Amino acid sequence: MITLNINGSQHEVDADPDMPILWVLRDTLGMTGTKFGCGAALCGACTVHLDGEAVRSCSTPVSAAEGLKITTIEKTTDGSDRVGAAVHAAWVKHDVAQCGYCQSGQIMSATAFLASLPSGSQPTAEEIDAAMEGNICRCGTYVRIRAAIADAASTLV
Amino acid sequence: MLPNPNIDYSELPRALQHMLERSRSKVAEAMPRRSFLKLTGSLGLAVGIFPHMAAAQSTNTDAAAASLKPTEQPSAFVQIAPNGEVTVTINRLEFGQGVQTALPMILAEELDADWSLVRSQLGTNDAAYVDPLFGIHLTGGSNTIKNSFTQYRELGARVRAMLLSAAAARLNVDVSTLRTEAGVVLATGGRKLGYGELAEAAMALPVPQTIALKDPKDFRIIGKPTQRLDAQAKSSGQQSFGIDFKLPGQLTAVVARPPVFGARIASLDDSAARAIKGVKAVLRIPLDRGAEGVTVIADGYWQASQGRDALKVEWDTSAVEKVDSEKQLAQFREIATRPGPRQFDADMAPLETAPLSLEAEFVFPYLAHAAMEPLNCTVRLSDDRAEIWMGSQSAGLDAGAAATVLGLKPEQVVVNVLTSGGGFGRRFSSSSDTAMEACQIAKAAKAAGLDAPVRMLWSREDDMRGGYYRPTHLHRARIGFDKQGNVLAWDHTIVGQSILTGTVFEKFQVKNGIDAATTEGMRNPYPLPMRLTVHHPVVNVPVLWWRSVGSTHTAFVMETLLDDIARATDQDPVSYRMKMFGEEHTRHRDALQLAVDKSGYGSKTLAEGRGWGVAVHESFSSVVAYVVEASVVDGQPKLHRVTAGVHCNLAVNPRTVEAQVQGAAIMGLSTCLAGSEITLKDGVVEQGNFSEYTMARITDVPEFDVNIVPSADAPTGMGEPGLPPLAPAFANAISRLTGKPVRQMPFNLA
Repeated sequence: MITLNINGSQHEVDADPDMPILWVLRDTLGMTGTKFGCGAALCGACTVHLDGEAVRSCSTPVSAAEGLKITTIEKTTDGSDRVGAAVHAAWVKHDVAQCGYCQSGQIMSATAFLASLPSGSQPTAEEIDAAMEGNICRCGTYVRIRAAIADAASTLV
Repeated sequence: MLPNPNIDYSELPRALQHMLERSRSKVAEAMPRRSFLKLTGSLGLAVGIFPHMAAAQSTNTDAAAASLKPTEQPSAFVQIAPNGEVTVTINRLEFGQGVQTALPMILAEELDADWSLVRSQLGTNDAAYVDPLFGIHLTGGSNTIKNSFTQYRELGARVRAMLLSAAAARLNVDVSTLRTEAGVVLATGGRKLGYGELAEAAMALPVPQTIALKDPKDFRIIGKPTQRLDAQAKSSGQQSFGIDFKLPGQLTAVVARPPVFGARIASLDDSAARAIKGVKAVLRIPLDRGAEGVTVIADGYWQASQGRDALKVEWDTSAVEKVDSEKQLAQFREIATRPGPRQFDADMAPLETAPLSLEAEFVFPYLAHAAMEPLNCTVRLSDDRAEIWMGSQSAGLDAGAAATVLGLKPEQVVVNVLTSGGGFGRRFSSSSDTAMEACQIAKAAKAAGLDAPVRMLWSREDDMRGGYYRPTHLHRARIGFDKQGNVLAWDHTIVGQSILTGTVFEKFQVKNGIDAATTEGMRNPYPLPMRLTVHHPVVNVPVLWWRSVGSTHTAFVMETLLDDIARATDQDPVSYRMKMFGEEHTRHRDALQLAVDKSGYGSKTLAEGRGWGVAVHESFSSVVAYVVEASVVDGQPKLHRVTAGVHCNLAVNPRTVEAQVQGAAIMGLSTCLAGSEITLKDGVVEQGNFSEYTMARITDVPEFDVNIVPSADAPTGMGEPGLPPLAPAFANAISRLTGKPVRQMPFNLA
């Protein structure tokens, strides 16, 4: 049994230590907001936060999360996290999503990025692109992703 | 393909004829070129833009009541809850293109609904949810808005009429004294009844056959930039996709597929796989195209994948062709020299005497759809029934294929259409391979004594190596022209696999040995003396429509070659095209002019090192023009800015049109980037994941400015038309900077 802290709750999970966090979330715990895109840390659809840092859950074994706080899209956008709430609101306002499948990962990457900025600082366009380069969107929503992140950043000042 | 009761086969020939015609005809020819503003029939009822619908509705009232088709029955499409919430069922797959918002907008407009109370959901393979024009379940060809605009208006108007009748009865007044506004029926003296209060009585009334549609000048929802109904769910992880669907006790299956398409198992040792914790069964199953595979069924995806990794399979590839991309190109070049069937013909004698000439060869690779949600399908089987949950662009055909595999009657199969993470054509495979394989797994599992629903899930590598690609093409052109840029003769050859041969569509869309899905986009709308020869080699690689289909390559060829001619004759690429459009092609002219005006082309001075590129293309009845700014940095092409001019007639939701243009253009941009190709060696696809198959990332993406030509004409679709002109506009900018034509996709400037 592995003890996991997910979104502030303790979960006892009977899982192979090598099993990626993604499949524990999705198949074992039924938390399907985190998505399977590539299984190889190449597209970012599965992004979660480990102690606030964006990681690819498809390629991170669950054993690596023991003792750390796992945060998923469900928690980040539930209104309790200031940065997550700003990102969520900007995503809705800018109608970013098309198919929406990659957007959980996009939002988790964007939130970790904005949370990492020094208080009051506004990211440049280049910094936004660099922070989001690991997340693929096949629908091509990137133009609105850029606008939403810049907008969210401006509301966090 | 076996007969399917969910398909109205009497509709099929006409419908498919129309699909064939679509690629050849302009909007003006495909439907009466008049505004729907004037379309009111002799009985005062709206007749819509389609002749057969008009005929159906113009019959006398008794016959009309009996002749309302399933697609015209409000009960299949609208539910109004006591609290006034209106739930609209859409007859398509929502996979990003925004129809789950646009169709409810259309219906809500005529219903006079309170938009804040409108919800939407996806349908099934029920007969109500066929495309009203084609008579089959279909999400494709950018057809949803074009074909269901009148349908959803009429549905909304019928429900509104029923609500008014119920209100008149309730208030004991004449219906003519009532009006509606935002979800409420208003009577004289300030009396009001909400739709929620009236719904139960209203929906029990006979469906009226005669209805009046709004004058479009009164539209308050259609045409207004509107937030997607799924924006909240898709920004919070709450949206459920096919992959997220879960039944109690459900198991997950993965499949070991042969490395070469169509190969079979020579030997199998599954002992290690069976020993993996959580693995429930390892079974041999028949696959698509006569192949054979091994499915591993387990508690979850991880366990199933572990099991698959532990399989020891020897494959027998002796009976199937093993394609090699390099050899294939040599073969295609040889084939291009042979005589073949001609789509167009013209006198080629001027080629020998023309003052100027050019010769060109283009190579386009296989492309994977690579939707972000890997293919999946969940099946629950009982003795006399199968229930399927999947993201399907073709629920009726998938149900038919499932019935065939399972030995059931088609009416014993229900396909529930689930929201998909993209698709771009891949969720309508001509063989229904996804549904078929999932049903083979469910059937084998049941035979093996596993009494549980099974979800088949593909890995990314399964998806990328699993076939059904945009086919590879070789184009060759020899063009003679004069110093004014007048084309005197254009001899053109295309070599590429037919998408539709061997499918249910073959007899309607493959004529004289030429697949219309290969040649769509060639020549039109330019008045060119073209001879077009087409070869369709048979190759052991499954191919399929891929967002904008034939126009993915024909637009590139047409728009870059015309730019080459303009450049060779010192003509401005915009005025050269305008001259070719003439007075007739006003939508092309208007789209291009709008893009030119908004881009600053011809007036603005570009930044150092940047060049302009222009392209215009009509596909699926909509026209998109791009004026782009690009540069070459360290030998690499870079796209900086895209200004679009779009003509899709009336834009139902301009906000979605903008998104679709951006998205389609970025998918087109992907095809230009190094590494955006599927190649084969010894029959095996060489790419497996995103590290080997390039798709545009945010750092590749230019600035965008999307502009829509105002129009009140009946809307045309926008899921695909934004894609084709992007790559040629980009290439034309690069050519103007380097002086060298771009003839290869992805771009190779070496």
